[in-house]
Amino acid sequence: MTAVAQDRSVREAASGRALVRFSGVSCGYDSRAVLRDIDLTIEEGAFVGIVGPSGAGKTTLLRAIVGAVPRIEGSLMFDGRPVGRGGTPGVGWVPQLETVDWNFPATVAEVVLMGRWSDRRWQAWASREDRVAVDRLLDRLGIGGLGRRHIRELSGGQQQRVFLARAMIGDPRLLLLDEPTSGVDLKTRDDILHLLADLNGDGVTIVMTTHELNTVAAHLPWVVCVNGSIVAEGDPDDIFTSAVLGRTYGADLRVVRQDGIILVADAAPHRLRNALRHHHDGFEHAHHEHADGDHVHPAADDEHHDDAPPR
Amino acid sequence: MSFIVDPLAFEFFRQGVVASLLVGALCGMLGVYIVLRRMSYIGHGLSHSVFGGAVIAYVAAINFYVGAGLWGFFSALLINAVARRRRIGADAAIGIITTASFAVGVALISKTRSFTRNFEAALFGNILGVTPLDLVVVAAVTIGVAAFILLFYKRLLFMTFDPEVAAIQGVEVGLTDSLFALAMAATIVASINVVGVTLIAATLVIPSTTARLLTDSFARMLVLSTVMGALAGLIGMYLSYWLDVSSGATIVLLEAAVFLAVFAATTVSRRRTSWADQRIPVLATDRPADDLG
Repeated sequence: MTAVAQDRSVREAASGRALVRFSGVSCGYDSRAVLRDIDLTIEEGAFVGIVGPSGAGKTTLLRAIVGAVPRIEGSLMFDGRPVGRGGTPGVGWVPQLETVDWNFPATVAEVVLMGRWSDRRWQAWASREDRVAVDRLLDRLGIGGLGRRHIRELSGGQQQRVFLARAMIGDPRLLLLDEPTSGVDLKTRDDILHLLADLNGDGVTIVMTTHELNTVAAHLPWVVCVNGSIVAEGDPDDIFTSAVLGRTYGADLRVVRQDGIILVADAAPHRLRNALRHHHDGFEHAHHEHADGDHVHPAADDEHHDDAPPR
Repeated sequence: MSFIVDPLAFEFFRQGVVASLLVGALCGMLGVYIVLRRMSYIGHGLSHSVFGGAVIAYVAAINFYVGAGLWGFFSALLINAVARRRRIGADAAIGIITTASFAVGVALISKTRSFTRNFEAALFGNILGVTPLDLVVVAAVTIGVAAFILLFYKRLLFMTFDPEVAAIQGVEVGLTDSLFALAMAATIVASINVVGVTLIAATLVIPSTTARLLTDSFARMLVLSTVMGALAGLIGMYLSYWLDVSSGATIVLLEAAVFLAVFAATTVSRRRTSWADQRIPVLATDRPADDLG
């Protein structure tokens, strides 16, 4: 089954029942609002991508759901209950891999078991039941047999799965992922998205932030464009337009649609290349002037360019 | 055998050896968290801060353990509070609070020179002066800190590895941090008479750093560091007796020697592994030409 076909079933999996509801929420740090007037409903079973430029408040939006960002105004509910500070039960969090201390002495199993800290919280050692649960989950995520390995020894995709396992081992209803596809190759990115689609198919609601618009357009059924507030939300087929992305990113972006595929690209792709080429020509010119003792020899300069090997 | 048995004839040695064994284990155990949370400097600073508290307790005629312990605990909380303000880094907060606290102690000593000698033990350690009360305090703190680590093991591990996600997933970060500050202050106060203010940081840092070189598992690192700290305390005491060298310095030098040996051994082992890894592709191309197709 292709990712697009899977997404179709994912879209149908959203139940229509609100799992997370932001109502007029403004939140931020040190009394400075990072997000303003957020009205957003995430349905149970949804698979949502949050996009926006750096500093737009994508991660803050995720953190708000778990009560980790001071709310200035508005109300925020998870599963019909107000979100308070100090964690939200039933939510699993997958951090950006860039924030992980890879030299920390922790095996895969030790990291995954952290997600089960609240079960038998006063008991230091892992129970047999814990170990069975870890092995089963690692198998399910395709990294079975790696429990005793140090986290640094794994590939990027395997490392992502370890943190996914840590978030999953508490059987969350909502999985929040902060840029799960950043810094991984295309194949790994595809594997991770398919794995998330499988989990979503099993009933887990998923919200992830990402910078990759084309990935969102190709794989995710629902997207929220954020830049300090919500610019637009909906099916990427509907809302990925030059106007919406221009308002989100403050940049001139072109949206190409062909054979059901959406491709977002820089509206003036040659501008930077041309600018660099001009800069490069200027540098070569200055270099020759300097080498020739400030004498300009247009003919010789031209001859050099003609003879220059292709780049 | 007389190397081991003879010194045990003296009561001061029996008390000293038990105290140094417990302090070694205690510092080795707590040091794992201090090193992994990159708080080595706080261990160093807090011991100096506790010295200020000890002098104040002496001047105010308060029990040493109560005065120094409370002073150290509040210093640790104050460091946490100041470090949370984004404009001031944790290292600067530690530098300001602990050095100022140490300076209070030095100022009070210089003002009343009559009790200078009493604090030499606090600065450099004096195992000969370990009293039965000291031993009870060391044992109680060791049991208390061990219980804290066992009961809060999962929370401490999660917080040490990933404090932000731990808080997001509901770990009581504020409570656990406060209890950790209390454990640190208690450990330093209990260890002062054995290793001294100036050497406590080493006993906190060296065994855990050595253990880190030997394992990639947190649980094994915790056990190894505790055992190495305890052994260094025990063997260091005997060496101190037979070589007639200060107990604190002997324990720290022994730990440093073990660290150097492990560092050298693991470096050589890693280079061998790395060399072997590099050989594999070379061997692969050693196949006959027709095998290569």
